[in-house]
Amino acid sequence: MIKLIGIVVVAAGFALRANTLLVVMAAGVATGLVSGLSFNEVIALFGRFFVENRYMTLPIVLIVPVVGVLERHGLQERAEALIKRMRAATAGRVLVAYTAARQLSIALGINIGSSGGGHATMVRPLVAPMAEGAARARHGELREETTHAIRAHAAAAENVGNFFGEDIFVAVGAVLLMKGFFDAQKIPVSVWHLALWGIPTALVAFAATAWRARALDRRIERESAEGKNREERR
Amino acid sequence: MTVKLITLETFYLLIGLVFALVAGGCALDRSHPRRWGSAIFWGLLAIVFGFGKYLPALASGYLVLALVLLAATKQVGPARERPIDRPARAAEAARLGNHLIWPAVLIPVAAVLGTLALKHVHLGGFWFVDPAQVTLISVAFGALLALSAAQKLTGAGRMEPSREGGRLLQTIGWALILPQLLAALGGVFGTTGVGEVVAGLVQRGLPTQFPFVAVAAYCVGMALFTMCMGNAFAAFAVITSGIGLPLIVHQHGGNPAIMASIGMLSGYCGTLMTPMAANFNLVPALLLELPDRNAVVKAQVPIGVVILAANVALMYLCVFRF
Repeated sequence: MIKLIGIVVVAAGFALRANTLLVVMAAGVATGLVSGLSFNEVIALFGRFFVENRYMTLPIVLIVPVVGVLERHGLQERAEALIKRMRAATAGRVLVAYTAARQLSIALGINIGSSGGGHATMVRPLVAPMAEGAARARHGELREETTHAIRAHAAAAENVGNFFGEDIFVAVGAVLLMKGFFDAQKIPVSVWHLALWGIPTALVAFAATAWRARALDRRIERESAEGKNREERR
Repeated sequence: MTVKLITLETFYLLIGLVFALVAGGCALDRSHPRRWGSAIFWGLLAIVFGFGKYLPALASGYLVLALVLLAATKQVGPARERPIDRPARAAEAARLGNHLIWPAVLIPVAAVLGTLALKHVHLGGFWFVDPAQVTLISVAFGALLALSAAQKLTGAGRMEPSREGGRLLQTIGWALILPQLLAALGGVFGTTGVGEVVAGLVQRGLPTQFPFVAVAAYCVGMALFTMCMGNAFAAFAVITSGIGLPLIVHQHGGNPAIMASIGMLSGYCGTLMTPMAANFNLVPALLLELPDRNAVVKAQVPIGVVILAANVALMYLCVFRF
């Protein structure tokens, strides 16, 4: 029971809005100490795992210089201009189309961004500006909260597309991890069955995204109508 | 004997260099509000990244502790913001037209082609790239290719990539290392056996003789434990061996493939709903310059709840039938 102290530290730290890095390290140190490790042993564990997991940070660091240069030369403006030509485009439809493309491509084993890299390669330079551009083409200038909402939903579209397409592809980390787990337990399980049973949830995930995207479009409409009314009254 | 010409270590050295440039930029920037704290932060990070493999674990650990303390005492921050020159950007967008899109598309394309092709490139035991890391290495190559294409296209100066990249990295700030730190916390939890304690509590505390309770406990347990750990893979082994296998498969005779597949996806619902999954939720919020760090999590909570509920229903209807 006492070993759960780490989870308590994390919950308390988030509630108190303490620095997240500090909360995480404190949770690890507390858990290690009550489990009989010395302070130096816990710190060494942190050092080992931090170095082993450097790959998580690799894509974003190498991608941001490209994105930075292209943005300085108008990439976001160009992505917006492209989408404005499409009359039927709305912010929500752009995001639904992206989720679908992401789910399908990753289900076929084509990963366009690994380990969170999709946010740097696709969302910030292309998807978010396109969604914002589609909304501006319909409603004119947007309020700041509205653009922030569009961007947050763009990140969500990337995550949902990424997570809920992945499990359908047999040669991917998650399926292989499950296979390895059952092999170790001596339970025969086929990777094809594991992948097949990912499909129903993938469909639910797509429907949920489409539902949220419609809600987003309605919100944009409402907020921009409110904005215009206020201007007229002035 | 096998020789691998290019491994991830090659790129970790390169990233170490990028961080060193950011550190130098902070140190030389007199208007930087957190000049020295930021310079030391990025400098130490350069050491952990470039030479992490050669440092003893304890030394890396203390370097990480120093990074955490610098961030916690608010010594790390972004440079003073320069106003964005909108007209200049619009003029550049008009000048370069759709050519601007190509370097951005080059990264995913190179990642896919590289993944397919590079793992076959070897002469006996001499490998051009480490075959175990082909995807990440292809992404890295794609980024470098895209960078040179972007420079050629835009006519950007030689220092522009590190300046612009450094600016974006400083916008993300200390949250950049949060994913790795959370992975380390997951490692500490794994080493000390936290998951077994959680599984034991569920088995004792819930009426799991009912199949529906067992299914709901497994799916919700996957989601909740993923929310605590920030990682569904870490939760999978713990919750499946603690709840899924003994209750759903052994006690109630469920199908292990259906259980595992839907169970893992229930874990992903947890990933959508937690700030602990920093590389998916927090870092993107900062990358998109949202004032609320939890904006992405908040946008995802309704989606996560709906998919999780659907997963419980799906598993209950299918796992005992097929």
